[in-house]
Amino acid sequence: MEYSLTNLRELEAEAIHIIREVAAEFEHPVMLYSIGKDSSVMVRLAEKAFYPGKVPFPLMHIDTRWKFREMVEFRDRYAKEKGWDLIVYTNMEGFEAGIGPFTHGSKVHTDIMKTQALLAGLNKYKFDAAFGGARRDEEKSRAKERIFSFRDKLHQWDPKNQRPELWNIYNARVQKGESIRVFPISNWTELDIWQYIRLEKIPIVPLYFAKERPIVNIDGNLIMVDDDRMPKKFRDKAEMKKVRFRTLGCYALTGAIESNAETIEEIVEEMMTVTVSERTTRVIDFDQEGSMEQKKREGYF
Amino acid sequence: MTTQNLDIKEFLDQDQKKDLLRLLTAGSVDDGKSTLIGRLMFDSKMIYEDQLSALERDSKRIGHAGDDIDYALLLDGLKAEREQGITIDVAYRYFSTAKRKFIIADTPGHEQYTRNMVTGASTANLAIILIDARYGVITQTKRHTFLVSLLGIKHIVVAINKMDLMNFSQEVFDKIRADYESFVIQLDIPDVNFIPISALKGDNVVDRSEKTPWYKGGSMLEFLENVRITSDRNFTDLRYPVQFVLRPDIAFRGFSASVASGIISKGDEILVLPSLKTSKVKSIVTYDKELDHAFPPQSVTVTLEDEIDISRGDMLVHPDNQPRMERQFEAMLVWMDVPPMNLTTLFYIKHTSNTTKARIDQVKYKVDVNTLEKIGIDHLNLNEIGRVVITTSKPIFFDPYKKNRQTGSFILIDPITHNTCAVGMIIDQLDSKNLTSRITDVDKQKIAQGKSLIQREEYQNKYNQKGETIWISGLHGSGKNELAFSLEKRLFEDGSVAVLIDGSSVRSGLNRELDFTPADRAENLRRVAHICKLLNDQGIIAVCSFISRNSSLRSQIAEIIGPDRFHLFYMDATLDYCKNNKPELYKLIEEGKTKNLPGVDLEFEVPVNAKLVFKPEENELNIDKILNYLAANKIFPHR
Repeated sequence: MEYSLTNLRELEAEAIHIIREVAAEFEHPVMLYSIGKDSSVMVRLAEKAFYPGKVPFPLMHIDTRWKFREMVEFRDRYAKEKGWDLIVYTNMEGFEAGIGPFTHGSKVHTDIMKTQALLAGLNKYKFDAAFGGARRDEEKSRAKERIFSFRDKLHQWDPKNQRPELWNIYNARVQKGESIRVFPISNWTELDIWQYIRLEKIPIVPLYFAKERPIVNIDGNLIMVDDDRMPKKFRDKAEMKKVRFRTLGCYALTGAIESNAETIEEIVEEMMTVTVSERTTRVIDFDQEGSMEQKKREGYF
Repeated sequence: MTTQNLDIKEFLDQDQKKDLLRLLTAGSVDDGKSTLIGRLMFDSKMIYEDQLSALERDSKRIGHAGDDIDYALLLDGLKAEREQGITIDVAYRYFSTAKRKFIIADTPGHEQYTRNMVTGASTANLAIILIDARYGVITQTKRHTFLVSLLGIKHIVVAINKMDLMNFSQEVFDKIRADYESFVIQLDIPDVNFIPISALKGDNVVDRSEKTPWYKGGSMLEFLENVRITSDRNFTDLRYPVQFVLRPDIAFRGFSASVASGIISKGDEILVLPSLKTSKVKSIVTYDKELDHAFPPQSVTVTLEDEIDISRGDMLVHPDNQPRMERQFEAMLVWMDVPPMNLTTLFYIKHTSNTTKARIDQVKYKVDVNTLEKIGIDHLNLNEIGRVVITTSKPIFFDPYKKNRQTGSFILIDPITHNTCAVGMIIDQLDSKNLTSRITDVDKQKIAQGKSLIQREEYQNKYNQKGETIWISGLHGSGKNELAFSLEKRLFEDGSVAVLIDGSSVRSGLNRELDFTPADRAENLRRVAHICKLLNDQGIIAVCSFISRNSSLRSQIAEIIGPDRFHLFYMDATLDYCKNNKPELYKLIEEGKTKNLPGVDLEFEVPVNAKLVFKPEENELNIDKILNYLAANKIFPHR
C-alpha cells in the first residue's frame, strides 16, 4: 500500500490541523464567513475537523447590506439547513446614515461598512482569533502572509513584525485585546478551491455560474442591477448579458465577466485560458498600487 | 456534453491526483533566484495574462532587466522591499505542471536573513541552491547548504546559474561541482544533484538546452516533477500527538490529531504518554468515512476500546516503539528574536501539541554559519545558531529531529512579548540522566548567587514533603517540648525528614553567650529562624518549640522563614499547670533569684492567629491534630 496523499488531501489535512489548533488554543475563535466560494470551502473544512461533533465556534458574516440578494438567500438557507451558529453583523450607524457605494463611493463604503464593521464586530464579541479565507496566491502582498497573522489591539497588521512560523507549530499566545487572524487555506490556489468544490460537491452561490443577468457597464466594470438602489441613470442602461462573477461582494463593487461557463468544469476551463485574473474584477484593487497591502495594515483582510 | 468538456473533466480528474512538492530556493537576487522562480512559474503557464501586462508596466519603471521582462518583479510583494530591490521575508509561490503541484518558499540569501531561510526550510522537502557560475562556491553557498542540512532537507538541487556568461563551459561546471561535493560531504544530505542553467535565457530550466550537450541530466523542471519524496516521511514510528478531544455527546469520545509519523491502524494496541495506560484503537473516524489506517500527514480522529483519561498534549504510540520521555535534552537552536538570548528567562516551549515551560541551561557552542566552526559562547544573538541544553517543567515526548521532523522540532516563546524567539531541533544524545551531573552555565550563576541547584519541586518529590516550619509557642513548662519531641519521633517513623530545634539544645551550644533579657531572647529566636529557613530551603521540615512570647517576635520569625512556610501552633496551658509541671524555674523567680520569665514578670501575648491550639493534657490527640493538619496542607505527605 502506498501511503501518499494527493495535493488536495494534503492541503485538506493541513487546514484541519490549523482549524483544530485554533479551537484548542483560543478562548473565543470565530470564522469569518463571506458567503464566497473560499468561505464555503473553509466551512466544510471546519465541519470535517470536528466531525461527528459540531463546529465549536460561530461563523460571522459582515453584512454591508449591499451584498447580492442571492448571497443573502444562500447564507440564510444553509445556516438553517446545517445548523450553523451564525452571527450577522452590520454597522447599523453606517446603514442608518445611508452609507452606500453609489452615494459615498467605493472607498468610504468599504471602509465604513466593511472594514470598520468587521473591527466593531470582532470587538463586540471579544473574539481573540478570526479565521479568514484568504489565500497566498490571490495577490502579491499576501504571498508573505503568515497562517497565524498577529494583530495588535487596534487589529493592525505590521508586515515587519510578524512572528516566525515554522513546521506546523503555531504560536497562539496573545495578550488581552490582541488577536490572531488565521488563514487555514493559505496554501490553496484558485484551482485547488474549484477542484475541492467539485470533489466534495460543496454548494456555492449560483452567481458564480454564467446566466443572463441585467448588466450595466459602469466605468468599465460590468455591474449587475440587483435592486433599485442603483441610480436610475445606470439602471436605464441595463441590458441582459450572459455573465458570471469570479468573486462575490457588494453588488455595486463587483464586476461580472461575460462568460458561458455554467459548470465548474467550464469555469476551470475558462480560468485556464482567461485574460483577466481573479481580483481585477474587484473595484477596490484599482485605487493605487499596493492598495491591498494598505488595506491589510488597516485591518481589512 | 461537448468533447471539450470531456477534456476538461479528464484534466481535472488527473489534476486532482497530483501530489505536492514543497521546495525552498536559496540564493540572493544577484544569483538570479527570483528570475528562476519567475521563469518556472511563467513557463508552466500559471501566470495569468493580466498579471503579465501589469508586469510589463512595472518592468519599465523599476525593472533591472532592460527591455526584457523582469521575472523577478513577479515575486517581490511588499512595497518597501520592491523599492529596496531585495526580498526580505519568506514568500510562498504556487505553480503546477501536468505532473505535480509546487509550493516554493522563496527566501532571502543574506546572512542577516538566516531566520527567514530557516523558516522557509522548515516545511520544504527539497532545496534549490543557486550558484553564480562566475563566482563558484562562495561563503553564502556554504551557509545555505548548512542551513538546509540543519533543517533536515534530504534533496538538494544545485543550480549553477548564469552559464550563458561562461559560454556554457563544461569545465566551469565540473570545477564548481567538485568544489561543492568536497564541501557537502561533511553534511548529512542523502541526495545532491547539479544542473547547469541560465535562468535569464531559460536554458535547462523547463526544457533541456542545446547549449549544454555535455550535460546528460534533465532540466530543472523535469527534475522537480520526478524526484521521489514520499519515502522521506517517517512511516515507522507511530507518533500521534493528541490535538483536540472531541466529546460531542456522552457516547462518543474521540482524540483528534494529525498523524506526526508512523501508521495507526484499527485494532492496534496503543500506549498513552505520559500516563502509560494502554488500550486498543476502536475506530479511525473522518467526515468522509471510517478508515482502517491513517498515516502522515492525515488529520483524523481516533476512538479507543477503553475509557482512558487523555488530553491535548498527550501522545499515542505503539508500546514497542516509544519516543524518549524526558525533561532535559540537547538541541540545535536558532535565535529568531532581536533581543539576545537570556539564560534566566523561563520560556514557553511548544512541541507538537504540547506546551510547557523551559529554560536554557547552557549554550555549548555556536556555529559560525559561514565556516561551520564551533565557537564557545554563553548566549545567542539574532540569526545565530548554537547547541544548547534545555530543561522543561514537564517531560516532553520526542525523537531526534534527524529521525523525526515532527517530534524533533519545537519553538520557544518569550513569556512577556509572546514572540517566537527561537526554534530548535533536538539532537540524538545520551539520556538526560547523563546530563544532570554536569555543571551548566546556569548552575554556575546559581552557585555564585548561593542558590541551590535543586529546585524546590525536586526536594518535594524526593522527600514527599514541603520544607516548612512547625512552630509551637507556649509558656515555660506548658508541655510544648513533650509535644514537639513526640511529633519528631512520629514524623521520623512515618518517613518524613524533620529536624527538631528546642530552646535548651540551642542555648547549650550555638547561642550559649545569650542571656534571657528581652533583647537576647529576640536574638536567640532570630538565629533559630534562620536555621529553619536553611532547613526549609533544602526541603526539610523544622519542628520548633520556643516560648516566643509576643506577636512582634513571632512576626519577625515568620518574615525570616517566609510567612507561607511558618505554621504557628499554641500550647494553651494555665500558669498553674506550668508551675506544677516544671516548678524549678518558677521557684527561682518567686525567690527573686532570676527574672525575665514570660507569663510572670514579662508579658506573654497569647497568639491570636495560631493555626492550631492544644491542651497539654491531650498529648496523643495533639499529635494526630498536627499530622492531620500537615496532610491537609500537603506538607507531609506531599502527594
